[in-house]
Amino acid sequence: MASAAPALAAAVRPRWLTTPVVLGGLIAVFWISVALTVGWWPIHDAFLATGGRLGPPDATHWLGTDKLARDVLSRTLHGAQYSLPIGLAVIASAVAIGATLGAIAGFVGGLIDAAIMRLVDVTLSFPAILLAMAVTASIGPGLRNATIAMIIVWWPNYARLMRAQVLAVREREHVEAAIAAGASAPRVLVRHILPLCWSPILVNATMDFGQVVLQAASLSFIGLGASPPTPEWGQMISEGARNFYQWWIAFGPGMAILSVALGFNFLGDGLRDILDPRTQ
Amino acid sequence: MYRYIIRRLIAMPLLLLGIVSIAFLITHFTKGDPLISIIGERQMDNPVVIAAARARWGLDRSLPEQYLIYVGSLLTGDFGTSLRTKQGVGRDLAVRLPATLELVIAAMLLGSLVGITLGVVAARYRDRAADHLARLFALIGSSLPVFWSGLILLFIFSVQVHLLPGPGRLDARTTAPPIVTGFYTLDSLFVGDLSTFAEAITHLILPACVLGWTVMGLVSRQVRASMLEVLHQDYIVAARAKGASEPRVLVNHALRNALIPTLTVIGFSFAYLITGAVLSETIFSWPGVGSYAVDATRSLDYPAIMGVTIVGGTAFLLTNLATDIGYAFVDPRIRFR
Repeated sequence: MASAAPALAAAVRPRWLTTPVVLGGLIAVFWISVALTVGWWPIHDAFLATGGRLGPPDATHWLGTDKLARDVLSRTLHGAQYSLPIGLAVIASAVAIGATLGAIAGFVGGLIDAAIMRLVDVTLSFPAILLAMAVTASIGPGLRNATIAMIIVWWPNYARLMRAQVLAVREREHVEAAIAAGASAPRVLVRHILPLCWSPILVNATMDFGQVVLQAASLSFIGLGASPPTPEWGQMISEGARNFYQWWIAFGPGMAILSVALGFNFLGDGLRDILDPRTQ
Repeated sequence: MYRYIIRRLIAMPLLLLGIVSIAFLITHFTKGDPLISIIGERQMDNPVVIAAARARWGLDRSLPEQYLIYVGSLLTGDFGTSLRTKQGVGRDLAVRLPATLELVIAAMLLGSLVGITLGVVAARYRDRAADHLARLFALIGSSLPVFWSGLILLFIFSVQVHLLPGPGRLDARTTAPPIVTGFYTLDSLFVGDLSTFAEAITHLILPACVLGWTVMGLVSRQVRASMLEVLHQDYIVAARAKGASEPRVLVNHALRNALIPTLTVIGFSFAYLITGAVLSETIFSWPGVGSYAVDATRSLDYPAIMGVTIVGGTAFLLTNLATDIGYAFVDPRIRFR
């Protein structure tokens, strides 16, 4: 019965555990552990000259060196220390603000609902990058301000999502029962409605994480985020663009952004399969 | 349906006013003093120059006054004067808009055609290698930073293999065709200049591919999903039973119906294309609205930032409106309340 083994494996393996999900998980674990531990890695210094200028990849500098003779691989790995916390800060704040306002809009209704949702509509009618650029330019360039700008850009998505969820769950019978039993409005919202609203938010937040990292790099690339000598990915790519013929300067950070965006996209897909058995 | 369209049209002026107000608020609650970008830091301790500049740029008025003046002049098509180019922002944008539109339209065509093809292939070979490859290729497109893929592809195709020209809309020594539409491809055809036409096309290929790749995923995902839905239906079985060839079944029978929801996605992909244009025009030295936006933010040119943000928001709003209305016409099953 040699053919039974794969069949058994397929039966034991959960349906959501696909190759992309495993790949996404590995990518996420890799970058998170890099961000947490890269300071202790036995690699070249990310800020100091460690060889010749603009050297192509070789045995000591696997991804070459940049204009100031710094090791590109080391700088790329250190970049995770900027991109991942920014992504986390933006997603966490945007979810906190958006979900709160969306839940209030959906639950309270009336004028408050209308006011919040009109603000959401108008904010979402800008192409995100233009709005982020305008806000960052206005409050001043820099990583912290770029993060604030991205929170302003991203929260309406979650407000819209949360409101739709609350509106749907509110009509269910257990909510009616809770109200009939005399539960107060805040209690109904927090105990009976909100616990059933989180799945799509979690899925979207995971998928958006990669896009936020990409957007943060875009702002830095334009010159609104990180500034030299920070080894931030977008900033490194803009240095690469200025040294066009030394392709390796931009190669590492570009691959890093691509892998993070892809990885979290895969993870989000898997999460959706777990949390919402109806899809597929 | 007409009531739905009318209601959407009535909401438009309000949304536009919202866009203008937000753009104005963002650029006026600024920490940086716009005066610095007007007169330069060296003049900042010269009170005469400061007072003159304030009066000249209307900065001596209160914020509500400035707002009313701005909205009033917007209504006459006046976007104010750029601090950087010292020209009308409206004029700057009008000159640069065709370049961006030509690029975005080319990217949209390319992204849709390839995206639809990938979607059909993925649906036909569901869960097989071709399906996985098509989906991965599309997903990479939406995960790529365009300012990086543009750089790398430019290096490969113009420096390494000399297959395509470098950045710009035309070679440096070529004069632009006389402006009719502002699209170099069309304008060169109007005067029968085939060599300039060929040049415009070859210059367009790389940026359009980079941009188009970003929206392929949106399109192919939608096509795949609706194809899968359609392929199960009886009329497909009937078509196969009649002996229709497989390509004919896929394209004439299945794809025709699968395309309806895809139209919406293609319309909405516009937002991604604007984002892509902003980030890739700099790499390709493309003299469009995107590189103008980047230059404006880099030099803290607030009137220009406001103008670009308003134009971008308006374009986005109008495309979404057109998409929704178009969808209502294409699919007679949809009845909006």
